[in-house]
Amino acid sequence: MRTPNDLELVHLTKRYGTTVAVNDINHVFAPSTYVCLLGPSGCGKSTTLRMIAGHETVSEGGIILNGTDISRLPPAARGTAMMFQSYALFPHLTVRDNVSFSLKMKGVDKATRAEKAMKLLDLVAMAHLAERMPAQLSGGQQQRVALARALITEPRVLLLDEPLSALDPFLRIRMRAELKKLQRETGITFIHVTHGQDEALALADEVVVMNNSVIEQAGTPREVWGSPRTEFVARFMGGHNVVTFGGQRVALRQDAVRIAAGGQPATVTASVTGIEYQGDRVAVTSRTELGEEVVALVPDAAFFAQPINPGETLGLAWDEGRVHRLEA
Amino acid sequence: MSSSPVSHTMSESAKGWLLASPLALVLGAFLVLPIGMIFVVSFWQATEFSIEPAFSWENYEFLLTSPVTWKVFLATFKYAFLTWVFTLLIGFTVAYYLAFHIRSAASQTALFLLCTIPFLTSNIIRMISWIPFLGRNGIANQALISLGVIDQPLEWLLYSDFAVVLAFVHINTLFMITPIFNTMTRIDHRLIEAARDQGASGWQILWSVIVPLSKPGIMIGSIFVVTLVMGDFITVRFMSGSQSANVGRLISNDIGLLQYPSASATSVVLLITVLMMIGIVLRFVNIRKEL
Repeated sequence: MRTPNDLELVHLTKRYGTTVAVNDINHVFAPSTYVCLLGPSGCGKSTTLRMIAGHETVSEGGIILNGTDISRLPPAARGTAMMFQSYALFPHLTVRDNVSFSLKMKGVDKATRAEKAMKLLDLVAMAHLAERMPAQLSGGQQQRVALARALITEPRVLLLDEPLSALDPFLRIRMRAELKKLQRETGITFIHVTHGQDEALALADEVVVMNNSVIEQAGTPREVWGSPRTEFVARFMGGHNVVTFGGQRVALRQDAVRIAAGGQPATVTASVTGIEYQGDRVAVTSRTELGEEVVALVPDAAFFAQPINPGETLGLAWDEGRVHRLEA
Repeated sequence: MSSSPVSHTMSESAKGWLLASPLALVLGAFLVLPIGMIFVVSFWQATEFSIEPAFSWENYEFLLTSPVTWKVFLATFKYAFLTWVFTLLIGFTVAYYLAFHIRSAASQTALFLLCTIPFLTSNIIRMISWIPFLGRNGIANQALISLGVIDQPLEWLLYSDFAVVLAFVHINTLFMITPIFNTMTRIDHRLIEAARDQGASGWQILWSVIVPLSKPGIMIGSIFVVTLVMGDFITVRFMSGSQSANVGRLISNDIGLLQYPSASATSVVLLITVLMMIGIVLRFVNIRKEL
């Protein structure tokens, strides 16, 4: 559904000399959504984000926000704000002065600046640390300050460049919940660059998977994970086996593969190459006669009722309906 | 373990003292002792033909009540201040250009090394080389006359305060460039992007981000330049044609006349003055944190 507030990328291209970092991508981001740009390093996702932010020039194409082409405007005139990887807080300024920096640049008077900064700091629950210097804050606190600093410019689109990668795993999960909550409360479009598919699945209303400078697939997390269009997406999103079946490349969910106990019909036979205990389940890796690797996720109770050892040969079975055909 | 038992039984603090002792000995013998000596001698008495150990405030009394001393100290401050202003302006600009406008690290290093080339010859040679350039019939005057800018040679180009400050700036600017460049290269470029993202203009980025974050380098460079200029005597002598004096020349003249006690007293006063100036600078920035 198109609305006038869309952010739209039109034939967006970025070249560095002869290398193409972003190759002619077209996409419409719906307003007030949480979008994750997902892909391996070097796929062009960060360059795309930086072009939207205005920190990278556009080689060709346009970026339309709210009906106007913003691709040649300076960063602050675009209606976007960027939250940098490792936050880029000004180390010589207090938390409050960091947040009110943009207002100071605009020449807003001191009292108004302080008042507005405190309001934003309240929003991210950091008001009590307003007098601290960034170096005195933990990673999660720095992230909140960076968020407040980006949001004070009242952007339509907030661009987040790997915002969680500087945090430890526990904090990462907590902060991503906060990001999601903040997006819902503010109603701003968040575009979040990440290489972690779990992060994208957990956060996004829409996942845009990029690879080799193009968009490989875009859709809701469930669509992208459940119906990968290409082999790359299936492998990158995880949880899938990519096998040749009936002469075609197909994706098969790892939790849809069963181990056929003696007597039950098996679809293929394979020899077990590895067993990995994962707590609630066990990942059984085996190699088929075609030399393809298949992982079966077996519930832990079922596995330990009939344990399997590496080197054994077993039959693997799955329902025909669980096979998902890949386009490429 | 077969190594000597001493190293096992020696306490950590003894090891620490032992490790620190070579440097302590060098500094003690070549820094603390001579300064202590100067301090002691500054209380001695001298006549035209003898130096007598004594404890007398005579030298200080004479020094601090003489209008010549005050004039010379004032001149020294003036040179230090002017040199500081110009080296700071030039040093900051050059460092800024190197750190933010030169993209590749290789050309940064190459251009920085270019800045150090004048240091391949001695200070004095570089100073003297100004004389044929600035002299009455020097290159500068001749060029200006032939260009029709002036019709009389400019007298103030050489043997003047202008020449003194020019030589000081020429000799000392690198001491400003180096520490500022060093702190600037450590500024995260994302901070500048963040400032631009927040709507800061070029000048605002310079004033609100780059200058404050370069402050440690500016302070270290300032200490270098000010102490070097405050302690100099040869530049002032050559470039002013012996028409101006600074504290260094006062001391050097006293030494020439074998008036060691008086020279020592002047040195002690100069040392205290410079230490006070550095003390003030250090109140503004924690240099140890930045190194």
